[in-house]
Amino acid sequence: MTALLEMRSITKTFPGVKALDQVNLVVRKGEIHALVGENGAGKSTLMKVLSGVYPAGSYDGEIWYDNAPAAFRDIRDSEEKGIIIIHQELALVPLLSIAENLFLGNERAKAGVINWPETFRQTEALLRKVGLKEPPGARVDSLGVGKQQLVEIAKALSKDVRLLILDEPTAALSESDSQALLDLLLELKTQGVTSIIISHKLNEVRRVADSVTVLRDGTTVSTMDARAEAITEDRIVRDMVGRDMAHRYPDRTRRAGEVLFEVKDWNVWHPEQAERQVIRNISLQARAGEVVGIAGLMGAGRTELAMSVFGHSYGRRISGEVTVGGKRADTSTVPRAIAAGLAYVTEDRKTLGLILEEDICRNTSLANLPGVSQRGVINHAREAEVAEKYRGAMRIRTPGVFQKVMNLSGGNQQKVVLSKWLFTGPEVLILDEPTRGIDVGAKYEIYGIINELSAQGKAVVMISSEMPELLGMCDRIYVMNEGAFVGELPAAEATQERIMSLIVTE
Amino acid sequence: MNQPNATGGGIAAYLLKHMREYGLLFALIAIMVFFQIVTEGVLLRPVNITNLFLQNSYIIIMALGMLLVIVAGHIDLSVGSVMGFVGALAAVMLVEWSLPVAVAIPLCLLAGAAIGAAQGYFVAFWRIPSFIVTLAGMLVFRGLSLWLLEGQSVGPFPKSFQALSNGFIPDLIGSGKPNILALAAGVIAVGVLVWMGLKTRARNAQYGIEDEPAAFFWARNAIIAAALMFVIWKLAGFRGLPNVLISMVVLTVIYAFLTERTTLGRRIYALGGNEKASKLSGIKTERLAFLTFVNMGLLAALGGLVFAARLNTATPKAGFGVELDVIAAVFIGGASMSGGSGKIVGAVVGAFIMGVMNNGMSILGIGIDYQQVIKGLVLLAAVFFDVYNKRKQG
Repeated sequence: MTALLEMRSITKTFPGVKALDQVNLVVRKGEIHALVGENGAGKSTLMKVLSGVYPAGSYDGEIWYDNAPAAFRDIRDSEEKGIIIIHQELALVPLLSIAENLFLGNERAKAGVINWPETFRQTEALLRKVGLKEPPGARVDSLGVGKQQLVEIAKALSKDVRLLILDEPTAALSESDSQALLDLLLELKTQGVTSIIISHKLNEVRRVADSVTVLRDGTTVSTMDARAEAITEDRIVRDMVGRDMAHRYPDRTRRAGEVLFEVKDWNVWHPEQAERQVIRNISLQARAGEVVGIAGLMGAGRTELAMSVFGHSYGRRISGEVTVGGKRADTSTVPRAIAAGLAYVTEDRKTLGLILEEDICRNTSLANLPGVSQRGVINHAREAEVAEKYRGAMRIRTPGVFQKVMNLSGGNQQKVVLSKWLFTGPEVLILDEPTRGIDVGAKYEIYGIINELSAQGKAVVMISSEMPELLGMCDRIYVMNEGAFVGELPAAEATQERIMSLIVTE
Repeated sequence: MNQPNATGGGIAAYLLKHMREYGLLFALIAIMVFFQIVTEGVLLRPVNITNLFLQNSYIIIMALGMLLVIVAGHIDLSVGSVMGFVGALAAVMLVEWSLPVAVAIPLCLLAGAAIGAAQGYFVAFWRIPSFIVTLAGMLVFRGLSLWLLEGQSVGPFPKSFQALSNGFIPDLIGSGKPNILALAAGVIAVGVLVWMGLKTRARNAQYGIEDEPAAFFWARNAIIAAALMFVIWKLAGFRGLPNVLISMVVLTVIYAFLTERTTLGRRIYALGGNEKASKLSGIKTERLAFLTFVNMGLLAALGGLVFAARLNTATPKAGFGVELDVIAAVFIGGASMSGGSGKIVGAVVGAFIMGVMNNGMSILGIGIDYQQVIKGLVLLAAVFFDVYNKRKQG
């Protein structure tokens, strides 16, 4: 098979940093090529070089596309050649219809007047291709994230895509949506579309990729061909982190104590749709030193459960009882929930967890300002000391605590969020997707922190869409579906299959 | 990973990074020097310096409140009208009802706080955009001032009320020529500034916090001290320290402390930076937004009293368009439209930049038409400078 794309010795430097150092990437015609590496390894930079975000001349090295040297000046330039990149943050206009989005900037129009029948006809054809049954006039914000992702792909198809680049396409998708997306990629492959997929989920990589290139610290570590050899996840992980990772989950001595945290008969209704009950009669227990998991598909109501418990931050007509350490706890507002010893680490750290424009120091103290002040006056020295302490303990990799959190990698940002909550001195931590969107090395460190917390006798409730993570970390797993618990499994008896079957059979 | 330009980048790198803070101060000095030259020395005559403070005091007082509102991610378009309304209210109380000054002033301040509370209620608890609520307030209170004054100017005010603006602190320790008290106050102020600066430096050094190079610290302090003493010297040669200057300085210090050192201030910045994250961190965001509006109302009322006292009459047109000057001052001072950033000192310097330009251009006899155009362009240039700097760094 001939190469569609060849990037040779790409070197890209930013002031003070060498983001890419002699990187090579060869993508053959008609294959699915996975690009993996830790955050900051240079994957996104490489794709920006390819798509012309960094124009020719701003980097060293050569790009050969279709057996000819290519020098893209901007995205438009690379799109004309059929290279289309779909970013993690979707670029759809939520208030416009699917059809309007598909042809945005590329309208089916004559002299500026849109030909709607033609637009709708073509939209329908494209939607069929990606397996969407929505009407072309449906507004994008009425679709789930999974379907929006498919709309993005349909948009790429409308531009006669030859090389499709997907940046972590399944990061925000549920299990079934992810499967559908990957199936679509395989389907497109049979139609001759070449794709590059950037992903952290190695099982997905293994499932669809024909070849895998691993980047580490801005250099190419290895390229593997799945058609020639069997690619194991362990091998990829080893190349990504540069060391053998015997265990993906650190060991922990399991020692559960008394029941520390209990939720009884929890019921919550939807904040806007008065008739819709989101959480039904949920009861949950967590012992001191125990890590309890909540498994379920996206939309099962896990986040809603956590947020409604934590200061009634979600929902209406909330009823039920929360006890912490055997005593009834008032969690009706966030300050009260914090006072009762709860902490909730959100799944969406950028919009709900951090103040991106502010530094690590100010983010760390945010939930416990009284802890660094006297009579309402902040002691800046004490604040810096606290932030520094957590930076060390969490191994947040930055030159100092006065870095804006905006500039940190996902893993480091998550550690800042954890620092913030640990500084409130919680007894119970509810962690909502604590490792979403962060790389393998940082994940391992987060797992270590969780184990450390349980060793200190705290109760940890962990919500995750990654089942292997729950199986590897938890003592006990609740399975949730459509707002209710449909099962409870001790870790020893739990398998992915059993969890899935509990969800499906209910 | 990015390496910080700790020492290697040196002075140029530091200057680039803190361009905005120094730029603002030097812009003010440059503008003053410029007008001093083109007005042939009129700008910095003792009587004109005194006037500068008197003319701009109410803008500065309101800019303090506006900064908090803008940092919290809101805007208040009603301050001009509220200011005019409270001035009218004071006139009715003092002139028509002959209430004692000591009763009327607290009542007026209370009225301002209540107006702020009413607007803040809709903004904070009903989540109606502040632009709309305060636009409504702007119309309502403009109308109410007209109604209160029945379209007439009301005055004059009792002497003790006028003293709010036009009074001077008597020279308690000297003969008044020059005013020794003013000079002493100036020396003490410079001393305190330098002492606090040194204290911060020492603490930063102790915790390894990056700080400005020593040469910069001393140069900056020398310039500020020289400018301050120069102004004080001029004031001392006229009638000494205006009362309103003292209120302004005290308020500025209080609000600078509030924003930079207290948990309350920190929470306002957090609210503006990311409301949802703040709320989930246990900050009572609604109450906080509400309080910034109450505070704004209170300061707008104080601004109204100061303004009325200076003119010695309440007119139906008082405060017309003032909200724009106040908001412009805050943005020139470096606050961000999207909330979460901005400094009290920036807002005050921004207000002075506007004030000096107003005053200088009036001395030159430049028409109000050109004045508006120039002020507009300066606002745009200041914000452009901000955005340009950010892009260059990012």
